Amino acid sequence: MSFLTYLINGLSLGSIYAIIALGYTMVYGIAKMLNFAHGDIIMIGSYIIFSAVTTSGLPPFAGLLIAILGCTVLGVVTERVAYRPLRQASSKLAVLITAIGVSYLLQNVALLVFGADAKSFTSLIPWKGISLAGGALQIKGITIVTIVVSLIILFCLQTFIHKTKNGQAMLAVAEDKGAATLMGIDVNKTIAITFAIGSSLAAIAGALLCSAYPTITPYIGAMPGIKAFVAAVFGGIGSIPGAMIGGIVLGIVEILSRTYISSQLADAIVFGILIIVLLVKPTGLLGKQIQEKV
Amino acid sequence: MKNSFLQKNKDELLTYGLLLIFWIVMEVMRRGGMLTSHFSSMLVPMTYYAIGAVALNLCVGILGELSIGHAGFMCIGAFSSAIFSLLFKETMPTAPRFFLAFLVGIAFSALFGFLIGIPVLRLKGDYLAIVTLAFGEIIKNILTAIYLGVDSKGVHIALNMTNFKIETDGIKLINGAQGVSGTPRNSSFTIGMIVLFLALFVTTNLIKSRDGRAIMSIRDNRIAAESIGINVTRYKMLAFTISAAIAGAAGVLFSHNVTTMTNISNYFGYNASIMLLVYVVLGGIGNIRGSVIAAMILYLLPEMMRGLNRYRMLIYAIVLILMMLFNWAPAMVDWRKKTFGALFKTVTKSNEKEVA
Repeated sequence: MSFLTYLINGLSLGSIYAIIALGYTMVYGIAKMLNFAHGDIIMIGSYIIFSAVTTSGLPPFAGLLIAILGCTVLGVVTERVAYRPLRQASSKLAVLITAIGVSYLLQNVALLVFGADAKSFTSLIPWKGISLAGGALQIKGITIVTIVVSLIILFCLQTFIHKTKNGQAMLAVAEDKGAATLMGIDVNKTIAITFAIGSSLAAIAGALLCSAYPTITPYIGAMPGIKAFVAAVFGGIGSIPGAMIGGIVLGIVEILSRTYISSQLADAIVFGILIIVLLVKPTGLLGKQIQEKV
Repeated sequence: MKNSFLQKNKDELLTYGLLLIFWIVMEVMRRGGMLTSHFSSMLVPMTYYAIGAVALNLCVGILGELSIGHAGFMCIGAFSSAIFSLLFKETMPTAPRFFLAFLVGIAFSALFGFLIGIPVLRLKGDYLAIVTLAFGEIIKNILTAIYLGVDSKGVHIALNMTNFKIETDGIKLINGAQGVSGTPRNSSFTIGMIVLFLALFVTTNLIKSRDGRAIMSIRDNRIAAESIGINVTRYKMLAFTISAAIAGAAGVLFSHNVTTMTNISNYFGYNASIMLLVYVVLGGIGNIRGSVIAAMILYLLPEMMRGLNRYRMLIYAIVLILMMLFNWAPAMVDWRKKTFGALFKTVTKSNEKEVA
């Protein structure tokens, strides 16, 4: 029974990773850049909810909406100010280093505004959860909500990308920016929309993450962000179902290795998986093979 | 004859000259008691961060691959040399022991650089960066989790405290999260500067050699380099291993300066790797002298402006972003060419050369 509990906890953590990984994989697939600051947008989102709900006493739902709005604006602004000017830069390193700079900037702004001490976060989901098999199997409310929310998000995203004009434009830009421009697609707008969606997902992920692990520091976003990137790579970068699968597998692996092997080595095991995946199948589980042009 | 030597090595001689002047000034000020004790205690860290920046610049600027796990190599150098020094603390005199500690630290970090380089260098760009980060974290995590000791019954390794039993005649080498303690304090400003000079010498000579040109040709156009018969894997491995080895030397200075290495994620985590990257970017990617100057100034600056300390990291971040935009955004490059044209001709030229 305890194994099943850990498995469900892993599924829940994995769902959070999956939501973050969706943001990564979309941005990477469409803008071809690794947005290092994505994890820190989660952190900013969590602080917004913390300020709105715990400090100002707004209802949780309002707090979540404000966070989504704030993160969307933040994502679009960073894209416009820091990433867009470098899109045509002669070196791909330029935008990567700039993204690291943005990540560092967000962490330090949060450090100055909120301080380094951990703040305790009131969970957005007061529901205690259910107990099955005569109390032997306890499932927390937040665990169920997380899994359901991630499934809803996956469904909405798939519909958006395959059924709407903007979604089709994203696919076109991901395929070939130049050709998309010739077809009359506004590449800048499409990339901005991608950043907006990715950042709003980050806000939701922040709310779920801090409800499940109720402390906030300026650094909470960094590790989940990097692990979600691992998940995105694992599933095949650019692929939305891949990000979902990658996230869930990674979450389960992390919780199980934390329980059965060593809590300090859990991160090392997660990163070890990334290295193995990249060596054996660099395009990930569901990724596309890209031929290098000469 | 002598003139042509000066001409050929103008750049390096300028670097060595500037560094020598700085060294003498600092030494005179220190001997003369003009430095606060806090400031003098920052001189050794300054040298090892400068060495770390040189190592990273070799990887980022010359090889053209972004590594964000270089602090991991410093970590390996620091731990392996500290363990060596602990083992031979009683049985060897200081000077040869410290010299051998350097060799041990450099050898181990070079070995790990080589082993990690085999999988890492098969990847490109963003993937390579994230895998270096992954390796940096793995190294840090393992060294935080492990307990290592040696006694009359042999070597003991454990993953938790309860399994870690050691006889009273033994030595605890790595004590889990508490790290390594009791390393002799052998690092000094003089030794740091000597190692910095050696690191510069190795790096600049490598860049100017035939091997160095091969490495840079891979950076500029891998396919073209391959087509003229350059063994891409071999030269990438060479540059990466040397870079790791130099970072390891910085780690040796580190462990023999702080003597107790606990809480290593502060020193060797992701943030430390980013700090090295900030030094490299601000000094100019591919510009070895720039890295040294940037590392020294950025390390010593907060001491000179104490009030700014709270905002130091914030300023770093903003400067990092602005520098990248100013140096690399095509719009800015065009604007610079138009506005400063003649004045900055050499700058834009060298920028074009540094395209990775």
